[in-house]
Amino acid sequence: MPDDRELAATGAAAELLADITPGDAALSEEAVSLAVAGARRRPLGIIFWLAVTWVGIVVIAAIFANLLPLAHPNFQNYSAINTGPSIHHLLGTDDLGRDLLSRLIFGARVSLVVGFGSIAIGMIVGGSAGLVSAYLGGGWDATMNGFAFVILAFPQILALIAITAFWGTALWKITLIIGIGSIPLIFRVVRASTLAFVNREFVVAARALGASPARIIFRELLPNVLPAALSFAMIGVAGAIVLEGTLAFLGLSVPLPTPSWGNMIAEGSTNGQLQQNIYIMLWPAISMFLLLLSINLIGDRLRQRFDVRESLV
Amino acid sequence: MSPRDGADAFPDATELADPLLTVDDLRTWFHTPRGTVRAVDGISLTVRRGTTVGVVGESGSGKTVLSRSIMGLLPTRDVERAGTVTFAGRDLTTMSAKELRSVWGPQIAMIFQDPMTALNPVKRVGAQITESLRLHLHMDRKEARATAAALLDSVGIPSPEKRLRAYPSQLSGGMRQRVMIAIALACGPRLVLADEPTTGLDVTIQAQILDLLGSLQDERNMAMILVTHDLGVVATRADEIVVMYAGKVVERAPTPTLFADPKMPYTRALMDSIPRLSQPSGTRLAAIAGRPPDLVDPPQGCRFAPRCPYAQDRCRESEPPLRTAGSADHLFACWFPLTNGRPSAPLTNNEVTP
Amino acid sequence: MLVTYLAKRLVQLIAVTFLISVIVFLLVHLLPGDPSVTILGANDTPQNRLILLHQLGLNKPLVAQYATWLGQVLHGSLGQSYLTHQQVSQIIAQGAPVDLELIVLSQIIAFAVAIPLALVASRRSNRPVDRMATTTTFGLLALPPFVLAPILVAIFAVGLGWFPATGTVPISQNLATNLHDMILPAVALSFGSIALYYRLLRSDLIATLQEDFITSARAKGLHPRRVMLRHALRPSTFSLLAAAGVNIGSLLAGAFIVESLFAINGVGLALINAVEQRDYLVVQGIALVVALVYVIIQFIVDFIFTVVDPRVARG
Repeated sequence: MPDDRELAATGAAAELLADITPGDAALSEEAVSLAVAGARRRPLGIIFWLAVTWVGIVVIAAIFANLLPLAHPNFQNYSAINTGPSIHHLLGTDDLGRDLLSRLIFGARVSLVVGFGSIAIGMIVGGSAGLVSAYLGGGWDATMNGFAFVILAFPQILALIAITAFWGTALWKITLIIGIGSIPLIFRVVRASTLAFVNREFVVAARALGASPARIIFRELLPNVLPAALSFAMIGVAGAIVLEGTLAFLGLSVPLPTPSWGNMIAEGSTNGQLQQNIYIMLWPAISMFLLLLSINLIGDRLRQRFDVRESLV
Repeated sequence: MSPRDGADAFPDATELADPLLTVDDLRTWFHTPRGTVRAVDGISLTVRRGTTVGVVGESGSGKTVLSRSIMGLLPTRDVERAGTVTFAGRDLTTMSAKELRSVWGPQIAMIFQDPMTALNPVKRVGAQITESLRLHLHMDRKEARATAAALLDSVGIPSPEKRLRAYPSQLSGGMRQRVMIAIALACGPRLVLADEPTTGLDVTIQAQILDLLGSLQDERNMAMILVTHDLGVVATRADEIVVMYAGKVVERAPTPTLFADPKMPYTRALMDSIPRLSQPSGTRLAAIAGRPPDLVDPPQGCRFAPRCPYAQDRCRESEPPLRTAGSADHLFACWFPLTNGRPSAPLTNNEVTP
Repeated sequence: MLVTYLAKRLVQLIAVTFLISVIVFLLVHLLPGDPSVTILGANDTPQNRLILLHQLGLNKPLVAQYATWLGQVLHGSLGQSYLTHQQVSQIIAQGAPVDLELIVLSQIIAFAVAIPLALVASRRSNRPVDRMATTTTFGLLALPPFVLAPILVAIFAVGLGWFPATGTVPISQNLATNLHDMILPAVALSFGSIALYYRLLRSDLIATLQEDFITSARAKGLHPRRVMLRHALRPSTFSLLAAAGVNIGSLLAGAFIVESLFAINGVGLALINAVEQRDYLVVQGIALVVALVYVIIQFIVDFIFTVVDPRVARG
């Protein structure tokens, strides 16, 4: 119940101010403004919408890449090698005469599919497991939580390198592996935020009225947990994109010549390329920076708005 | 700089006939996103050398803000302070941060409400006492340590040498408050601000701590402002009592006068909520219904009116000024004061609107 | 109290270690890909393949294979590469020092930047200094090593020529040259940590500065600098320490990138090479050791916690 949350926030602010001591007054800098902001819902701000716009542009360009007036990303035009940005090639070409804008736009597909796809998998599996586990509680919950904890103790990049190397680097495999890898963390986050609601009055009341577990989980718990889960998911998407980029840089993601931002950066980062044609590395690096920045920003603003504590993780 | 420089800046209090501390029309406002909180709204009081002034009020009445505001220990931002605080002839409100730091410790010290939170949990007790000795009295490590042990001994802590190495969490609540007192008294202040020094301690320990404070005060000829919500705590220990409500002084009198002839219904209500040993256990305490008002938007007229059993239309319309009753040192703010603790005129009861 | 607490953590550590060895083993053995194909090539006869699998013990049941491997590991042998016949432990011993140096340097840089910045920003929260530092570090979070390192190389190695673009001399050969060569890789690795540590420390410091004991320290007349360094800093470092422990995971990923870009012969490069050549014992050995180091570091961080914060041991 959103009303419930708002009330709680207003109550906290009122209490703080009514029972004012200098300690609390010092708090007024952040805590009060936070509590009040929670009640008042300050606007998301222009920066947030700029970030949304950039992500939107990248997504739309990637989806409609085939319809755009672009050369094929792997078409090698030997009469235009290492040209800088020009009217024919807006971002220039690489050492094989491939159009960098085309490669950049097609390459975005990899980052986006892996980023959003894997976290979708993680949210569906890990999120529902977290919800159910927190609702059921008891030994089952403790076991699941302990298991997630052990898996999190394992450095993810190691598993990723080993699995992709032995199993293959097709896009769907990368997405699936990173998705599975994200399950334990999402499980823990969703579980922690569900636990905060399981014993609240409205859930207890629903239980007392004889609502079925499924109804309680989907109608009472899910709507409350969703905002926190979604804002965390944005940070997860950025993390997944970084992981894919890292693998691609190491040559362990989508095989060449399929472009991805990670392998473009790797291609452009050899000593010779950096001297001859910095654009090969520069465009995907800038795009990646802006994409990660935007996604982090969106996640951060959503987190502030829904008042999710960072320490939940 | 010689060790006595800090003291030389202030003429010796004994040479002065003036009171040690004069607070004049002190205001402390906090600007918050919700509006301005007038936590202290025009308070005046005086403290003479070696005496104790009790400041009494419920939580939310602004008494803690008052004590911090007197000292100048406020957040720097979004806080507005007006009025003067004259300590031994110098106005603390106009002092630089550096000058203030030389006052804090050797001149004015503070005992905090909750020693659990006011002591640094990750620093040993010894270090927390010696640091001000070394800063203000320029002692070397060894001397400071010996002095700290002597201080712990004087506040009644057994085997002080051992306790110096303890962390606050390893001490009991009463012990912690004794440590807090030792820290406050380390540099021999002339004025101590004690903010609810015994809240959260059980009754026997409360009495021990208050007695300790009293005897140390006599020994050192130290003045004290004792802030509390419990009129019972100051009844036998304060020379003068200031009753605060919603950021204002509502009554102020020498202790015997106040208890003999409270004028303000709020004072009376506070008296009624003192637990008495003579009462049979199980007697209900007369608590005051309702809460102190929101200081962003205090009620018009008398701020206590919404909770006052004797409030009249006049109380809700205009604010009563602070005026004298009988003697010049008894001040109160009420349109319909009590006589000998009872309503003077046949009054209709306030409609109770909680 | 402290002893029971540590004993409990130690039991946990052993359990996690055991599970890690199982995960590492399964990771390598359950995955498709026949090592005999890799070693002998795709054209060799099925008989030769069987013989090889027999020699390597790869035809036995998984449990038996795991038992054999674990037995060897417990005796201190991680096996050897079937391509170069080099001992896995030797490969790790060769690569580890440079990784250690890289990570330690990057962490020194990260703490040296993040701590003073957080101290300054938290005292003036929401003022220009704080806003600037907070915005900048938010930007750093969007610069993972594989984006940042090439940019740094382009500017400082290729453009300005201040540092070499690749390679380094061993630390034992020439300390000054080695450190100079390592600056760029270490800086590339440090950005993420700077952002993480700054943000955690800043918010914890802001919370600590509202504590009563800070007011009581101020009431003693202490200089603000002393209040910040002696009273506020230490109680604010718990999340920072915890994060530094967990951060080792992403530092490893970053170290692999940096190694591969700067051609530094560390464990990461060895792992990636082994992975590409399906040199499964090497992969298995490196994965096990790296995972163990990771877990042990977290254990140590936990131990430091109990020392830094006397409250933990009692709670």
